[in-house]
Amino acid sequence: MADDLSKPFPKSSMSEEEIMKINKERRIQVTSFAFMIFLTILAFVAVATEMIEVGFAIPFILLLAVIQFFLQMYYFMHLKDKDHGWPNAFIISGVVLSTPALIALILLLGVTKY
Amino acid sequence: MSTAAATKDKSVLWDWLTTVDHKKLAILYLVAGGLFFIKAGLMAVFMRIQLMTAENDFLTGQTFNELITMHGTIMLFLAATPLIFAFMNFVIPLQIGARDVAFPFVNALGFWIFFFGGLLLSVSWFFGGGPDAGWTAYVPLSSGEYADLGLDFYVLGLQVSGIGTLVSGINFIVTIINMRAPGMTMMRMPLFCWTGLVISILIVFAFTPLAAGLALLMLDRLFGGQFFIPDMGGNAVLWQHIFWIFGHPEVYILVLPAFGIISEVVPAFSRKRLFGYTAMVFATLVIAFLGFMVWVHHMFTVGLGPITNSVFAIATMGIAVPTGIKIFNWLFTMWGGKITFNTAMLCASSFVPTFVLGGVTGVMLAMTPVDYLYHDTYFVVAHFHYIIIGGIVLGLLAGLYYWYPKMFGHKLNEKLGMLMFWLFYIGFHMTFFIQHILGLIGMPRRVYTYLEGQGMETMNLISSIGSFVMGAGILVLLINVVYSAFKAERITVNDPWDARTLEWATPTPIPEYNFAQTPQVRSLDPLFYEKMHGDGTIKPAEPMEDIHMPNGSILPFIIGLGLFTWGFGMVMINMENPIIPPAVVIGVGFVLTFGSMFIRSIKEDHGYHIPVEQVKKIEKEVS
Amino acid sequence: MSSSVDFSKGLPSHPEKATLEGKNKFLGFWVFLGGETIMFATFFGTFLGLREGTAGGPTAEELFSLPLVFIMTMLLLTSSLTSVLAMFSMKKNNHKSMLVLMIVTVLLGAAFLGFEIYEFVEYVHHGLGYTTSAFASSFYTLVGLHGAHVLFGLCWITTLIIRYSRSGITLTNAPKFYVASLYWHFIDVIWVFIFTVVYLLGIGGA
Repeated sequence: MADDLSKPFPKSSMSEEEIMKINKERRIQVTSFAFMIFLTILAFVAVATEMIEVGFAIPFILLLAVIQFFLQMYYFMHLKDKDHGWPNAFIISGVVLSTPALIALILLLGVTKY
Repeated sequence: MSTAAATKDKSVLWDWLTTVDHKKLAILYLVAGGLFFIKAGLMAVFMRIQLMTAENDFLTGQTFNELITMHGTIMLFLAATPLIFAFMNFVIPLQIGARDVAFPFVNALGFWIFFFGGLLLSVSWFFGGGPDAGWTAYVPLSSGEYADLGLDFYVLGLQVSGIGTLVSGINFIVTIINMRAPGMTMMRMPLFCWTGLVISILIVFAFTPLAAGLALLMLDRLFGGQFFIPDMGGNAVLWQHIFWIFGHPEVYILVLPAFGIISEVVPAFSRKRLFGYTAMVFATLVIAFLGFMVWVHHMFTVGLGPITNSVFAIATMGIAVPTGIKIFNWLFTMWGGKITFNTAMLCASSFVPTFVLGGVTGVMLAMTPVDYLYHDTYFVVAHFHYIIIGGIVLGLLAGLYYWYPKMFGHKLNEKLGMLMFWLFYIGFHMTFFIQHILGLIGMPRRVYTYLEGQGMETMNLISSIGSFVMGAGILVLLINVVYSAFKAERITVNDPWDARTLEWATPTPIPEYNFAQTPQVRSLDPLFYEKMHGDGTIKPAEPMEDIHMPNGSILPFIIGLGLFTWGFGMVMINMENPIIPPAVVIGVGFVLTFGSMFIRSIKEDHGYHIPVEQVKKIEKEVS
Repeated sequence: MSSSVDFSKGLPSHPEKATLEGKNKFLGFWVFLGGETIMFATFFGTFLGLREGTAGGPTAEELFSLPLVFIMTMLLLTSSLTSVLAMFSMKKNNHKSMLVLMIVTVLLGAAFLGFEIYEFVEYVHHGLGYTTSAFASSFYTLVGLHGAHVLFGLCWITTLIIRYSRSGITLTNAPKFYVASLYWHFIDVIWVFIFTVVYLLGIGGA
């Protein structure tokens, strides 16, 4: 029994339909990669050319980063798939609990009093 | 592919060093945690001797500072946490009907890393004295400018033992989510499993910021980082934030399993199901969430500003609501029950009023304006000892008396148990109740002496005597352990307490595979359900088959040793005259640690199988 | 725990989660990533809290160069794509293509690491030592920790590639590769925030 776990398989069990599905998903992944590259270029251009006002550029590039975060997590790391309930719970908890910590470390250092 | 168990021809020592069995690791945790508990308890007794009279010179101020730091650090990281892990390790797989935890190897790894981390912290005594900046290690007191080598041991010892705690936490989460027996849904899990799951999640989210904070302090002390030095653009408040972002959830990491134990012991000895099970689960989750949102209440007097303080004060008071729900549920569980007052139940039921006292002072401390008055006085000391001793230690004692027969095959002596309880309980209130008043009349905490004629002598004397009585209680417990090991009757029945949950369905002593056949769970309190609606035995969910078991391994021990060596090498950077160059020691530690991980990664280990004939033979022997 | 495998049917479509061990590894690793999130958040918070504290030393604006960061970002993002594609090959039981894609991932990661080392050496030459200021310490700690994660990932994936270069895809190594690729994506996610928050905000003058 245990030996089975170290043996390769002669073929894949996937049906034609499943292979079609997986190929389609692959295309989506490549598209989202292209989109991420686009977002990255956008962020760099926004800062490099100084076309946009600084006050607007900061929230803009932060927003781009957040979009990339979702693309990576939900597409590349498959969080959108089924059977990912618990992984979702842990990543969301991590983000939620990070938020007050981040705010405190940036704002509540006793320099400005709120 | 392996044949039958190869465990028989191992020597005893080798067996314990390489074990990956959750029941044996539980006992290792219990022994290691117990030893650290006694060590830190003795430190407390020394401090109380010093404070017994005014201007006493039993200890110097420096020694007192070191004792105060080590007492707090050891009690929280190296005594309470492993003692809780001991029970979680032993009980959780049994309660959810699993053969072992999800990652038996990681379980052993967690223990050995914790153990070697604790050892690293403890060897500080032999290299110029322990850390002396308090368990919170506030900068700049803990920076290279003011603190000596002891603090390097603090930083690296906690870093190492924290890694152990973290991997154990991950292991428990996966165990509880993935390894439950058929029919054991989340809402049928005993409350101890629920609290175990929740604190494991808290560990994952709280010990990681601690690791970050300790890394910063280490970089500051060893490599000249400038995080906390205002002249160089740093900020001292930063450390306080990071420490308490970890530190406050840590309190809940310790107290929630105690809640879990109480929620097991109280129904078992009240002969009633737990009142408000669902409410208890939700209260646990709410406490865990709020535990992350209140850390600034430790920093009210820093001066972060009025809005900040108000927000965190309100959040803090909010925690009283779910905690209150729990208190009432325990009371209603006992209400109208057929209560047996043995030692376990005495500890569990007396936990309730004691914990309420600690909770009430907690709400008092949450009020920002008056906190300016209480801050850094003995009032705070009294408050958190009511939580930690009145909550956690009483919970642990209840758990010890309750699960002892399953763990060791015999009960602890009841007469000695009663004596222990009353000594401990009276001693505890004598020590700490009076400290509320000491704090209110203005005695600051963390001072090694006080002057005559300030009205503090009598109360300090009473407090010190109380601590001796409490120490005597623990001494009686130790005598009880030895006495019962020799004199107590062996338990042969599955279920000596006539209890309710799945761990009592296993034979005593438990075979290494726990359940010959994975049980089928039909209800909350499955054993009780089968006693009422079935024939009192749990139905199997699968036919008798070969049982898959993990192989033991020495690698966890070596990884622990490697991290110890690495940590010690790091400390050597700050030593004035290291005999060996620190880089060599650090290198050896690295090779040991990562070499073992490498071997583990490339060597596929599928474990072995116990053949079904042997399972049948063992089952016949134990029943 | 894992009962016998039916080889005639072929590799399951989710080989990483076909056994209980695989499922445990998968979930355990996600839990670990949840913890890493808040650990990195702490370092990000430290950097953001201290980034004005240059103590007279070089500032972000004086040091950072956008083209270098851009190249590094492209390298790491592309390596993320190759490791995604490797996982598709794994699911299709295409061992060779998986290995090739993983090797490309490692090469891209190594190039990234090379640029990072070059970058650090440059900064030191420009007078930004580790002890220069709180800004310097927190910058090197945050970005260096990310670099250390990259280095660990490289060693890990290289070990897997060499160990399983001839074995084919099995139910034992599929979860290992899958988890390593999750780790690699996570490193990439962290880098997205580093280039945004550290470099772009630093140069943007905010």
